[in-house]
Amino acid sequence: MSGSPNNLGAFRIKGAGRLTPARTARFTFDGKSYTAMEGDTVASALLAHGVHLVGRSFKYHRPRGILSAGPEEPNALLDVARDSARRQPNVRATVQEVFDGAKIASQNRWPSLAFDVGAVNNLLSPFFAAGFYYKTFMWPREAWSKLYEPIIRRAAGLGVAPKEEDPDHYANRFAHCDVLIAGAGVAGLTAALSAAATGAEVILVDEQPEVGGALHFDASTMIDGQNGYDWAQATAAKLAAMPNVRILTRTTVFGYYNHGFLGLAERVTDHLARPGRDLPRERLWQVRAKRVILATGAIERHMVFANNDRPGIMLASAARTFLNHHGVTVGRKVGVYTAHDSAYEAAFDLKRAGVTIAAIVDSRAKPGEAVVAEAKRLGIEVLTGHAVLDTSGRLRISSMKVARIGSTDSRKIAVDALIVSAGWTPSVHLFSQSRGKLRYDEAQQRFLPDIYAQDCVSVGACNGTDEIAALIDEAAAAGGGTVAIGGESRFAWTGGMIGAAEGAGPDTTVKAFVDFQHDVTAKDIRLAVREGMHSIEHIKRFTTNGMASDQGKLSNMHGLAIAAEMLDRPLPTVGLTTFRAPYTPVTYGTLVSHSRGDLFDPARQTPMHALQAAAGAAFEDVGNWKRAWYFPRRGEDMAVAVNRECRTVREVAGVFDASTLGKIEVVGPDAAKFLNLLYTNAWDTLKPGKSRYGIMTREDGFVYDDGVVGRLAEDRFHVTTTTGGAPRVLHHMEDYLQTEFPDLKVWLTSTTEQWAVIAVQGPKAREIIAPLVEGLDLSNEAFPHMSVAECTVMGVPARLFRMSFTGELGFEVNVPADYGAAVWTAIRERTEALGGCLYGTEAMHVLRAEKGYIIVGQDTDGTVTPDDAGLGWAVSKKKTDFVGIRGLKRPDLMRDGRKQLVGLLTNRPSDVLEEGAQIVADPNQPKPMTMLGHVTSAYWSENCGRSIAMALVAGGRARIGQTLYVPMQDRTIAVEVTDTVFFDKEGGRIHG
Amino acid sequence: MADVATRTTPLRGTHGGSASVRLTPAAPAERLSLRAASGDVAALSRALGLELPERPKTSASAGGRTALWLGPDEWLVIDEGEGGLMAACAASGALHSAVDVSHRNTAILVEGQGAAATINAGCPLDLSLKAFPVGACTRTIFGKVEIVVLRTGEEAFRVEVWRSFSEYAFGLLAEGATDAAL
Amino acid sequence: MLLIHCPYCEHDRSELEFRWAGEAHIARPETIAEISDEAFAEYFFLRDNDKGVTYERWRHIHGCGRFFNAARDTVSDRFLMTYKAGLPKQPVADVAATEQTIETYEQTEGDAR
Repeated sequence: MSGSPNNLGAFRIKGAGRLTPARTARFTFDGKSYTAMEGDTVASALLAHGVHLVGRSFKYHRPRGILSAGPEEPNALLDVARDSARRQPNVRATVQEVFDGAKIASQNRWPSLAFDVGAVNNLLSPFFAAGFYYKTFMWPREAWSKLYEPIIRRAAGLGVAPKEEDPDHYANRFAHCDVLIAGAGVAGLTAALSAAATGAEVILVDEQPEVGGALHFDASTMIDGQNGYDWAQATAAKLAAMPNVRILTRTTVFGYYNHGFLGLAERVTDHLARPGRDLPRERLWQVRAKRVILATGAIERHMVFANNDRPGIMLASAARTFLNHHGVTVGRKVGVYTAHDSAYEAAFDLKRAGVTIAAIVDSRAKPGEAVVAEAKRLGIEVLTGHAVLDTSGRLRISSMKVARIGSTDSRKIAVDALIVSAGWTPSVHLFSQSRGKLRYDEAQQRFLPDIYAQDCVSVGACNGTDEIAALIDEAAAAGGGTVAIGGESRFAWTGGMIGAAEGAGPDTTVKAFVDFQHDVTAKDIRLAVREGMHSIEHIKRFTTNGMASDQGKLSNMHGLAIAAEMLDRPLPTVGLTTFRAPYTPVTYGTLVSHSRGDLFDPARQTPMHALQAAAGAAFEDVGNWKRAWYFPRRGEDMAVAVNRECRTVREVAGVFDASTLGKIEVVGPDAAKFLNLLYTNAWDTLKPGKSRYGIMTREDGFVYDDGVVGRLAEDRFHVTTTTGGAPRVLHHMEDYLQTEFPDLKVWLTSTTEQWAVIAVQGPKAREIIAPLVEGLDLSNEAFPHMSVAECTVMGVPARLFRMSFTGELGFEVNVPADYGAAVWTAIRERTEALGGCLYGTEAMHVLRAEKGYIIVGQDTDGTVTPDDAGLGWAVSKKKTDFVGIRGLKRPDLMRDGRKQLVGLLTNRPSDVLEEGAQIVADPNQPKPMTMLGHVTSAYWSENCGRSIAMALVAGGRARIGQTLYVPMQDRTIAVEVTDTVFFDKEGGRIHG
Repeated sequence: MADVATRTTPLRGTHGGSASVRLTPAAPAERLSLRAASGDVAALSRALGLELPERPKTSASAGGRTALWLGPDEWLVIDEGEGGLMAACAASGALHSAVDVSHRNTAILVEGQGAAATINAGCPLDLSLKAFPVGACTRTIFGKVEIVVLRTGEEAFRVEVWRSFSEYAFGLLAEGATDAAL
Repeated sequence: MLLIHCPYCEHDRSELEFRWAGEAHIARPETIAEISDEAFAEYFFLRDNDKGVTYERWRHIHGCGRFFNAARDTVSDRFLMTYKAGLPKQPVADVAATEQTIETYEQTEGDAR
């Protein structure tokens, strides 16, 4: 069967199709090698070699074949691989183009496709009826996650995701246009010509490799005097040459969102044997369109009858596509079962290509006269008012059982393929996604666009306009320009049905599949109704009809009709399930596009990052920032390094990168007035050249942020915020300034990144920086604690703060960021020469805890007032207004017994508490215990020679001196409640 | 007297692009975040020697200086010449806020046929010449970072970005440039 | 993704540049320090969350940086108008909650005409 490289398949029809035999591609399917033609889909290539069996069904593991020739395919889902990492499961064989070297495998079968152990499910099917998951696996409870679910997941399922990282890359592009046209069939191309003629910027999108839509199979329609498909290609070439038109093929409009926003997935390399290295595998287009023209066509429905899922049974239009486009016949002796005229044309094309048509079985008493006449002329037997009651054949259909409707006399007709059509369902998915409302067309049994929610119009088959001349007129008008195109179809089509066909009615127990991908039968839908589901939404979820990855493109209308019949209600009142994006599955890679690896999230680095990395720093993430955590020397682990850094800072001095702290410049004559309103402290009393620690509360009175604010001039403040709080604090300030206090003459500018900030802390801090600073007396008298000045450091303009987050003599040197590295290097050299060291955020945390300085967000949690945190002194008693003034007076914020920040000392000095651990008064009380609070900060303090901790404890300050308990998993730790200052309680060192 | 500090610019030594786009880190420049009410614009314009634009999305250039309208009372003023922006504003006598942001921002020049497509890899703006002509400017979003984009020519843009976001911005521009050349 | 008209930039821009900022036209009481607990709760904690036309604040945070007001129909997500901060509540034409308004997916499920 696989044969020589030149064997393009026994089912190729000479002279048929549009592919070029000279260009071939080799691929394997389940290990067997085949040759295809360039332009083949995996489906057409397999059919050319007579391969119909391509998969096992989801639940019953029934043999399945290829049902369609397009993106609506529910059955033929395959695993397509380029190599072990470039492997994608659940690829539709009818969409995937063959490329040379493709390794393709069937899914959901073991050990092999032809002999599948899971097929036993088919025999057990009475247990797998609708809703069986809900009913069968109820008990015992624990067994669900441990036993049932894993087994079900293995047995019922689709493909297996690759484990390796995806080596491909993906691109994203934002685009704008006047008109986006979804679908490049006759309607879409006509609309594009019309719109482009007006000068509008047009994006024309089609999911197939070439434009043409239904013209791929419809070989009898003539447009402008030429074969329709040829006209389509010529028209596309003409459009592509226009500067205002962009044509995107192999591109799916998968989502139509608010305000003219559409998501498109362009498949760039999946069809290429050797894609260029720069090519993204797929490209996401995020398009904002002023207008949208939907020309998405219609999808053919299958017939619902017993055993309608055997390989070899497929949609009539699919068979026609394989013949007219790919040059492949789906069988040698083909049966037709239809309720619509269109299937006749498939039979005519096959017959003319030399294929035997066993019979056309038409459930209608009166098909269209013209097609019946043509069938007669071609010598094809037409059985009107007949039905296919059943089919036979294990891995492929071998015969169909045909009877006159209402009669029990049946006959078996041998076939090797059966093509079916129940009519056409307009593709209203995108219209529905755009929030448009549908109406039910009773005569044609279909839903059509009715009320539009956006600037959008539907044209052609998706709008119920089937007749070619009317369709062209409608599309031309939608484009807004004028085009004259003549179109002619050979036959006008009539007919169509929805719901179960003869022999699959309510009185039967046959397996007549409605939803192939989820193995839902007509019987399942009826069972759902009998069990009390009356809304289509409930029926859908109970049966899973339409919930597979094909979203019920074939099954929804049939399911609805069967439910309506059971409920004995008009179909529109049963409802229609909602179409949701994406229209067809979109890979995660496409949605993620550039946001992976280094571009997943910005990694913010300070101007001294590289120097700290070179000094051996370990970094930690703080928001998007990378901050130096500690600087281990040879042989040091983290604890040893941090202990050394903490000791060195207090004994000599340390250098710390504080650049990530948020900085906001507040400028204007009302600057102090504004800060008075935004902080709890009073700022009008702060003199230029001085700084102050400020607390910001929200209107509800809880601590929002803190930081040191320096006044540089009467009308200029340098505000610092927490590292993580910088953007939200600025947003919060802007909110009040713009909307509550707009009359204040003050402006806010973020300067976080303008300044590199180098903190020098410790007894030798002054000695270290003094030689580098010009124009400033650094003595205690001239420049005491909490001073700020503009000066020159190493020849560049700088802002120098005398401040401390360690309790030591300290300075923070702010220099313009580009100079940070040079100044850092000079300060570091001087520091190390004097016996000091670099220190990181961990040592900073320990040092500040030794002094009881809080970290907002660690020692506070959004329910902590300044007083709770022991910072009541920072709340001005004199001000008549500030954000939070009223919130702080709420009864609950003023009551006794609130949680307050206190210190904890463990009875055993070596025990370091765990942050987050709960605190109780009596460890022997019955559970659940009354919890008094929790540990917020806990460290080993090398400088104190013991562990220290801070905690929020109910009525904490009144408990100082008491012993409380911290119950841990393996033991209970006794702690003494203390104040929060553990080191240098007198605070003399800071003025050193 | 100590050594004079040397300058270390972000994106130093970085270059990139594709067949249709060049990406170049811009030279250091003096930058001002300037804020003022409309009544004070004329005096500031005189002091700076260029007409501060008062229409959204527009910029003005003169004497090596460019002023970009960012908001109704906000401009980004870039001086690629001798500098002196702070002093000029201070001398205007007008009520304003001038904050030096020379080191906060850095800039990447995006030039070539695919420049707009490159930026559109992460920026939702319509960058067609019709919607965004030469001289147009705005603050906007680029992937996960904020940028200011100024069109300096039909096929040339200046992308201003905060320094710690510049590596990310350059990386995404580089991917966009590759894709724009396909 | 929404397309939002910024009244300061006088331009329609992608939602990506904006940040939603809660209900509009809730003025901070001038004598906030004096008001009752109930009045404070009304001002700070309680919101109407109406279905249909709502007035809300947005900030063009990655654009001109301005806060502004918008009247938006929460059912259709349509912006009826946007206007500058500080302007009084702007009247909008009555939006009939029935025919003209296209409801959300969830509300239309099972409701095709």
